[in-house]
Amino acid sequence: MDKLTNQFIVDNLTGKFGQDIEILGEPYDLLTVSTISSRITELLIYLKDEESLRFNYLTDITAVHYPKQDKEFAVVYHLHNLFQNIRIRIKVFLDGSNPTISTVTNIWKGANWMERETYDFYGINFEGHPDLRRILNMDELDVFPMRKEHPLEDPNRVDKKDFYFGR
Amino acid sequence: MSSPITKITPNRPVFEDNDPQDELITLNIGPTHPATHGVFQNVVQIDGERIVSGVSTIGYIHRAFEKIAEHRPFYQITPLTDRLNYCSSPINNIGWHMTVEKLLGIEIPKRVQYMRVIVMELARIADHIICNGILGVDTGAFSGFLYVMQEREFIYEIYEEICGARLTTNIGRIGGFERDFNEVAFQKIEEFLERYPPVLKEFEELFVRNRIFIERTAGVAGVTPEEALDYSWSGPILRATGVDYDVRVVSPYCSYEEFDFEVPVGTNGDVYDRFMVRNAEMYESLKIIRQALDKIAKEPAGVFHADVPEFYLPPKEQVYNNMEALIYHFKIVMGEWETPQSEVYHAVEGANGELGFYLIHDGGRTPYRLHFRRPSFVNYQMFAPMSAGMLLSDAILNMSSLNVIAGELDA
Amino acid sequence: MSNVTLSEAPPGVEGAGFFATTLDKAIGLARANSLWPLPFATSCCGIEFMATMGSTYDLARFGAERPSFSPRQADMLLVMGTIAKKMAPVLKQVYIQMAEPRWVIAVGACASSGGIFDTYSVLQGIDEIIPVDVYVPGCPPRPEAILDGVLKLQEIVKNESLNRRNTPEYKALLEKYGIATSNG
Repeated sequence: MDKLTNQFIVDNLTGKFGQDIEILGEPYDLLTVSTISSRITELLIYLKDEESLRFNYLTDITAVHYPKQDKEFAVVYHLHNLFQNIRIRIKVFLDGSNPTISTVTNIWKGANWMERETYDFYGINFEGHPDLRRILNMDELDVFPMRKEHPLEDPNRVDKKDFYFGR
Repeated sequence: MSSPITKITPNRPVFEDNDPQDELITLNIGPTHPATHGVFQNVVQIDGERIVSGVSTIGYIHRAFEKIAEHRPFYQITPLTDRLNYCSSPINNIGWHMTVEKLLGIEIPKRVQYMRVIVMELARIADHIICNGILGVDTGAFSGFLYVMQEREFIYEIYEEICGARLTTNIGRIGGFERDFNEVAFQKIEEFLERYPPVLKEFEELFVRNRIFIERTAGVAGVTPEEALDYSWSGPILRATGVDYDVRVVSPYCSYEEFDFEVPVGTNGDVYDRFMVRNAEMYESLKIIRQALDKIAKEPAGVFHADVPEFYLPPKEQVYNNMEALIYHFKIVMGEWETPQSEVYHAVEGANGELGFYLIHDGGRTPYRLHFRRPSFVNYQMFAPMSAGMLLSDAILNMSSLNVIAGELDA
Repeated sequence: MSNVTLSEAPPGVEGAGFFATTLDKAIGLARANSLWPLPFATSCCGIEFMATMGSTYDLARFGAERPSFSPRQADMLLVMGTIAKKMAPVLKQVYIQMAEPRWVIAVGACASSGGIFDTYSVLQGIDEIIPVDVYVPGCPPRPEAILDGVLKLQEIVKNESLNRRNTPEYKALLEKYGIATSNG
């Protein structure tokens, strides 16, 4: 089999998905594409099952928050083709008010906790996830702490007042 | 934030609708339990000795690494990576340095790469010692653990020669190391290569054909390669199932492609195979260190960092006496360096699997977003589903052979 | 010829065939040299505690041979590592389950003050929820430092008055943390 190239993947994906695929570039040789949220499941199944692509390994799912953008959230998937050792990154940009995307737990079981973590940090709603609860933070936490508007430090601390430092 | 988050309340029970008629017992294991070697909570329903179902709760030492990383310049993130998998901190440190170097496009001299290989392989051995030693303890063999822990102390001594710290090493800098390995460090590494193989051999012989050990581990928690890949496993536990996926081989970093070593794989993916794979990897690591030492001898001496003054923190005495060094120091510390706006994913083979750093940089002082792909987190999620049908005592062994490190699990 | 060293006798009156000292001192001596540790290890410091228990440093030399994993049979709670807010109630529960007299060592920067993790999810020092006797600095502390902390605690234990646990001050201290005192 010929070595899979980024160009081949790009041609293949644009042939299949047309307008819904946008090529974002190849930073450090890692092909990055974005798609719309309604077709993400279809795209991932295609990438996994298509004979010429076979991205069989889900490396990671995470999200990024861009408060200044129109579409505030990006969900980022890293896939790996273990047969030919090539990686791909897929981004889906979501609206800020109620970020919702369909789950991929039916494609890779390992996506379960990755999606829960993403929900925990960013409040992204994975539709169809079997058990979408907080995973790392306390259940009582009522914010999504990784969003940019939330501070790093605990805002309720009483021992860090300027008063104590003579300021 | 909308409301206080300092309130401290216990976690909700997981099985609320426990039917008294079904005669199942709900048992809470953890979050602090001597058998779990870390803060893992599993609420299991058991029928006699057999687990029917389980739910894992994690996050008991969640420290918000990714949030902290958004507020720290690159070189201040290194101490955070120490505390991910604290059994093998140098791999995390160097993995992070390499991610930044990839972003900045820094070429690292060969000698530095070999030095890094030595440190990383030592760390891998140290990590596998803990894991296999503890597995021995869990099957009832405490002496083997004490025996190999002495060698681990010796690895710590080597770390101390190289960087001054034992556990959380904060080793190296962006662009190389903060100082050259001294004579004693090289001597100690040589000495380690001499003294460790017989100890490892003896440790191995204690278990490999031990009837008790085999009956406790062989055939316990076997995993097929398909399942393992479906759950995105990586590292020794994936290789124990027979998949030869090793980041050092498939995407070589630090000149790993120049080294001659084998990737041990198992066949059954059970606890015994994981033990054997880790053991074999220690021998391979020793081989790699030997080759790296030989390669270093051929390189020009005294090179311990890349010549990139705009990114490599200058030595302190130069900062005090040399104008140029002061300027660079100021620029690096204040974050006034020219950095590309880009995103990079870099993976290294951590002791537990693929440790990935996904860095999005907007050219500012701190990363815009840094995500750690933590192998323990990804590997551990299969624990509860695979425990169903297993004996409680086997589940404990399964957990210790997964080698989940709480710091890495919860970030 | 044995090379076992005996601990020094407390000050007292010695004569032919008898030795008189105060009950506090005798009990303090016994307690100090048989502190049973309860390792509450969550992260990095726990690994250094493993080294402390291991053959090179050997905490057992100081009378802490038996790590007790049951809070009921432990005297010395060693809190090692970051305590997240999610973990805090568990730690408090463990402390409450311990029988009097009980002592606490906060090992490492995280247990003492939150350390480098000044974040929304981390408890900024365990002394927000339970009283602490000895703080061991370091991130993580070296095994020598942990041993030093234990020796410091032994000094405290030796000199503790037998009545201390019944005093109103002690009860007020526990009540400050919201821990009910058992004997009235």
